[in-house]
Amino acid sequence: MNGPDLQRSLRLFERMLLIRRMEERLGDLGKAGELPGNVHLYIGQEAVATGVCAHLDDSDWVASTHRGHGHFLAKGGDPRAMAAELMGKETGICHGKGGSMHVADVSKGILGANGIVGGGVGLAVGAALGAQLDGEGRVAVVFFGDGASSQGVISEALNIAALWKLPLLLVCENNGFSQFSPYETVNAGDIWRRAEPFGMPGALVDGNDVHAVWRVVGEAVARARSGEGATLIEARTYRWRTHVESEESFLAAPYRTQEEVESWKQRDPISRLEEFLVSEDLEKDVAAIRARVEGVTESAITDALNDPLPPVSRAFEDMFANG
Amino acid sequence: MAKRRLIHAVNEALHEEMERDDRVILYGEDVRIGLFGDTRGLFDKFGGKRVINTPISEVVMTGMAVGMAAAGYRPICHMMYGNFLYTGFDSIANQAAKLRYMTAGQLKLPLVYLASTGAGRSSGAQHSDAPYPGVMNLGGIKVVIPSTPADAKGLMKASIREDNPVLFLLPTRRGGEQGEVPDGDHVVPLGKGSVKREGRDVTVVAIGVMVRHAMRAAATLSEEGIEVEVVDPMTLFPLDKELILASVRKTGRLVILDEARATCSAASEIAAIVAEQGFASLRGPVGSVAKIVKLEHAWRRLDGRNDDGFQVAPFPG
Ligand SMILES: Cc1ncc(C[n+]2csc(CCOP(=O)(O)OP(=O)(O)O)c2C)c(N)n1
Ligand SMILES: [Mg+2]
Repeated sequence: MNGPDLQRSLRLFERMLLIRRMEERLGDLGKAGELPGNVHLYIGQEAVATGVCAHLDDSDWVASTHRGHGHFLAKGGDPRAMAAELMGKETGICHGKGGSMHVADVSKGILGANGIVGGGVGLAVGAALGAQLDGEGRVAVVFFGDGASSQGVISEALNIAALWKLPLLLVCENNGFSQFSPYETVNAGDIWRRAEPFGMPGALVDGNDVHAVWRVVGEAVARARSGEGATLIEARTYRWRTHVESEESFLAAPYRTQEEVESWKQRDPISRLEEFLVSEDLEKDVAAIRARVEGVTESAITDALNDPLPPVSRAFEDMFANG
Repeated sequence: MAKRRLIHAVNEALHEEMERDDRVILYGEDVRIGLFGDTRGLFDKFGGKRVINTPISEVVMTGMAVGMAAAGYRPICHMMYGNFLYTGFDSIANQAAKLRYMTAGQLKLPLVYLASTGAGRSSGAQHSDAPYPGVMNLGGIKVVIPSTPADAKGLMKASIREDNPVLFLLPTRRGGEQGEVPDGDHVVPLGKGSVKREGRDVTVVAIGVMVRHAMRAAATLSEEGIEVEVVDPMTLFPLDKELILASVRKTGRLVILDEARATCSAASEIAAIVAEQGFASLRGPVGSVAKIVKLEHAWRRLDGRNDDGFQVAPFPG
């Protein structure tokens, strides 16, 4: 598959930038005590969610992780509804009942972030089976981390997805850490290679190169839509920020060096794309996008901050459908 | 009316509901053949797209039900033995029970987890649990346990039509038991209990296969002039509290008969409800008959035990 055309590259840039700016603002708000819960920020990994979701429609399914803001926004989730959810507001996408780890918009095919590491896997396998039974070419994607790759459910899912040729993408975002444990201290071998024994295509991709992600995923989605089955993709990337924004207050010792963090910042997926776009004489478009994203982010955050809290009665709703 | 074995009544319900609604999909380990007889003939009739054999993968299976329900299907996830619910418990507790609530009602999750419950086959403690207490505590999952073929059929039909997650427990130990099943579209609503025998002296709330023992004990006691009212809750969550409280108001006494272990159980929950909301009606302390040990294999051989491992004793005083 060729790379995306320039118009599409601009859209990828805009989406990545929106995720980045939203999270920077939300991270700051968290530090300022404006968020009732903790947040896991996605900063540095934007190319993965963006490159994957660019191939998906609202009717395709995505199951996400505890680090789910990027997936939510990349799949078309509303920035203000996400910000409001993190603030526990009535206008939150879940009326403030979910919070950061549970942002979901089922109308957009977002089955939700998930507080259980590996928790989205079964959901996506089920959605993929549903999509296969529908026979309308829908696909399901599950994002999971390198830490989650050690969960037993992954091998169950690989087996079933390969056996039944499910329209499923298993996208592992290897950001180098399972919480505070470096990859090689808790994982044996390469994750993407685990596809092969099941007879499933497996691919390794540079998760900081949105064009590369877009290409690899495009092929996998095309296979899935045409009934050729599932793919396991490992995208190597890095999280710039903390595992969880509160960690500085409780960690006794650092688990990585500042040099390592800086070296990955040199490979910023957003700057990389920006340089490319500028080299294609799209400087003006880039500037326009920057201004637009600033505006969207600002109003999403400001509106959400001004939004009301939910009434207490919300707590007693929604356990069951029909009462 | 026709006589049916309990397991065949469930089988009939599955046939009828899969016929009625092609969004109902049954999957699980060896469901094509079916270990208990409840899935008999379904594969032949509905084919491999609706009756799906899975690998032994309980962890992913329980989550799949949630994903399929979100995608518009009405999955029945057959977990075989009740104990294997624990193997797949993560998605039952963390996804199925909570996703609708946490997303403020964005999802309807019409799904059934189907599993056997109970001891009495000398299968050992890992194949004999009554696993409902933990599930009752989750909220978000309705818990159903029938005692007769007619109820089993009607409750299964209601469970499949329910727009929320349901754990349907099959008392497979009593699967062969016969009973009259009404003809036609026999549906028994969830959340409603039934009075299986009326009596004025003492209320016995009996759960699942224990209803049978309660009925026997009631017949024996009736000869001695004690009239027992036997109440079968049928749905354990949400529980038909009103029915139980009304019965206790009438009799003033309560005994609970439950196959699950006593600690934090349906029995202790029912006792708590009556203590909190029906205390004034009680003329004596609540009694309960429930398991306190896990001995299962040799149980049937022990002296004085009946074939469900219970000694049925008359109500003390
Ligand atoms: C079942 C479960 N076990 C443990 C945790 C605690 N926990 C939250 S995130 C995390 C690390 C996950 O690492 P990874 O999958 O690589 O995702 P990343 O945080 O790097 O995005 C752990 C152990 C959890 N939320 N769920
Ligand atoms: Mg990680």
